[in-house]
Amino acid sequence: MFAQIRPAIVATLFFTLLLGVIYPLVITGIAHVAFPAQAGGSLIRDAKGQVIGSSLIAQNFAKPQYLHPRPSAAGNDGYDASNSSGSNLGPLNPDLAKRIAKDTAGLQSEGAGPVPADAVTTSGSGLDPDISPANAHRQAARVAAARGVPVGEVERAIAANTTDAWLGIFGQPHVNVLKTNLALDAAAPARPTPPAS
Amino acid sequence: MNGQGWAEIALTLAVTVALAWPLGIYMARVWQGEKTWLDPVLKPVERLVYAGCGVKPDKGQNWIAYAMSFLAFSVASFVVLYLILRFQNFLPLNPQGFPGCSPDLAFNTAISFITNTNWQSYVPETTLSTFSQMAGLTSHNFLSAAAGIAVAAALARAFAANRSENLGDFWVDLTRISLYILLPFSIVIALVFVALGEPQTLAANAIAHTVEGGKQTIALFPVASQEAIKQFGTNGGGLFNVNSAHPFENPNAITNFIEIVIMNVLSYACAVAFGRIVLARKDARALVAVMAIFVFTAAAVVYAAETQPAPALVAAHADASVNMEGKEVRFGAPSTAIWVAATTGASDGGVNAMHDSFMPLAGGMAMFMIQLGEIVPGGVGSGLYGMIVLALIAVFVAGLMVGRTPEYLGKKVEAREVKYAMLAVLILTVSILGFAGVAAVVPVALKGLANPGPHGLSEILYAYSSATGNNGSAFAGLSANTPYWNATLGVAMLLGRFAYAIPVLAIAGSMAMKPKLGATAGTFPTDGPLFIGLLIGVILIMGGLQYFPALALGPIVEHFQVLNAVAAAR
Repeated sequence: MFAQIRPAIVATLFFTLLLGVIYPLVITGIAHVAFPAQAGGSLIRDAKGQVIGSSLIAQNFAKPQYLHPRPSAAGNDGYDASNSSGSNLGPLNPDLAKRIAKDTAGLQSEGAGPVPADAVTTSGSGLDPDISPANAHRQAARVAAARGVPVGEVERAIAANTTDAWLGIFGQPHVNVLKTNLALDAAAPARPTPPAS
Repeated sequence: MNGQGWAEIALTLAVTVALAWPLGIYMARVWQGEKTWLDPVLKPVERLVYAGCGVKPDKGQNWIAYAMSFLAFSVASFVVLYLILRFQNFLPLNPQGFPGCSPDLAFNTAISFITNTNWQSYVPETTLSTFSQMAGLTSHNFLSAAAGIAVAAALARAFAANRSENLGDFWVDLTRISLYILLPFSIVIALVFVALGEPQTLAANAIAHTVEGGKQTIALFPVASQEAIKQFGTNGGGLFNVNSAHPFENPNAITNFIEIVIMNVLSYACAVAFGRIVLARKDARALVAVMAIFVFTAAAVVYAAETQPAPALVAAHADASVNMEGKEVRFGAPSTAIWVAATTGASDGGVNAMHDSFMPLAGGMAMFMIQLGEIVPGGVGSGLYGMIVLALIAVFVAGLMVGRTPEYLGKKVEAREVKYAMLAVLILTVSILGFAGVAAVVPVALKGLANPGPHGLSEILYAYSSATGNNGSAFAGLSANTPYWNATLGVAMLLGRFAYAIPVLAIAGSMAMKPKLGATAGTFPTDGPLFIGLLIGVILIMGGLQYFPALALGPIVEHFQVLNAVAAAR
């Protein structure tokens, strides 16, 4: 046993340095030169250079002129990008049934057909940046009305920010909410929200 | 369910198994100490390690010395990691100013990462400093994987040996596997991950001023460098609480595909390398076939279960074609299903959706895959040696039927080896059912449950299955960061790793000393469909049936409750 003490200590310390310090730092260095945008978190900045979000991370949109993301269980109020979490409610949990019933009732009048599942379920991360195309199309009429633009214009912004399954096989088609909303704002700046009636 | 979904599941599995062949051939060269094209760069580093360790690389060890080295290394790793976590507030790169971890959390987490489990009792982005993530966790993602593969390499040499006690040298195996296999592939994979969108930065976070005028703090880490080895070494410990469901750990369908492939490819490759060294390539192919059959079946069950109507969606008259609670839109049901089969079969434990919110049969299937003993295809190295243990039991059963001393790969299987094999298998059952049974009646444990009824029992059963199987995934509603859960899960992880690996090394020692026999007319062939069927049966009985009563009280009864609830809501 004593014969193994020296190699155990030396190997642990050497590999901690090589694999735990040098390896991640070298990757960080290369990444910052070769892929600075991705390495920094795919941040989106406004004209003044201020960070307004990350294209990979959901942020809350509640106003009618924007596409709304999926409900979020991250952090206390949702969309907390420093505290990712799913709801972890089991399929028979009464809290889940209550939440879905309430959210679905609120969306029932927004469009035709059943409310898409992703619109009333929390994602695994609580930070899902995407919604399903069905969910996006169902919101298009509301967004168009709030902006006073034709629905076709909203549909164009949705289509431009839709990603199909990779090679038609892997993953599911999805619409990036933040990028669609920024495209809408760029095409037709939203009017100030009318006072609540 | 649709054709695209089935195509995704089948193609992902096929690509994984296909890539295992070249990787396995390369790995056999590394195990044997042969030349590789990385020698000009890595040979000097390798020599430096041997000099520092005082190791003579050609000397070799018997099984006891090998096991002692494995244990000594694990103890040293534990101590260093425990200290890093406990005192991260005195160490560099702690931009958020997190305090040191509590003693029970540091104990649980250190065991978790040295045993290749990567169970996470904590929320990483609010608990661990960047230094702890890198120097503490990323390094042990490599080392625990390398140690597991080393044991598999020793077992391969034992079956190849003819009356020898030399199993190779643990320190040489650890060094060569880390340097020649894990590190170079991880570098390439990490850079691909950054290109595809994963962050890699030492900045703690970015503050965003959102479009609607809110403020959002976006946590950041050197993600890609850990993500690569997290998956490649079947570790599974994420940078973020929700693991690979987080868009930074798994931004799109391409990263998802790569992450699934690399979390299984090394485990299959271990079987391929084993076959080449033991000169039993067809037998190894049979083992790979058994592994792949289980993974495909599990993926199919999860895919089918997750596209059944979920009661809450049916009751609300929403679209109920996919159970989207806890899933990401970019993945949907098929990407989630093949991931679940791969991660629970392989003791990886990374998740791309929340298992706690699965339909009962999907969650039950995930648990069942872990309970099979993490051998289909299992963790890197550990999956292969676990599979060999079951293969020994399978040929023993076949031998009993005809009254002949069984052989496997030219080695007689006698009472001693079968006893060690059964010891290893039974440790898992005792740990899983024993701890879960106690937790189900201890109030201090029950306080951690998030869901009522049979689902709560599933949370307990899943936790101890995951810890004992060194998997690390969870029904994450369980609040496990309490002294009771941290301590008991820590012990379960230790049992699952060392009380299994040490009997395996004892088997290796015993096998190596035996003469290598040629096949005769009386030898039961272990490379054909008959053996594949027998082995599947033994795995199902040894792994599966023991847990059936417990599963009946958890996911199975919950499944019937779901059917009732859906019928009532319609």
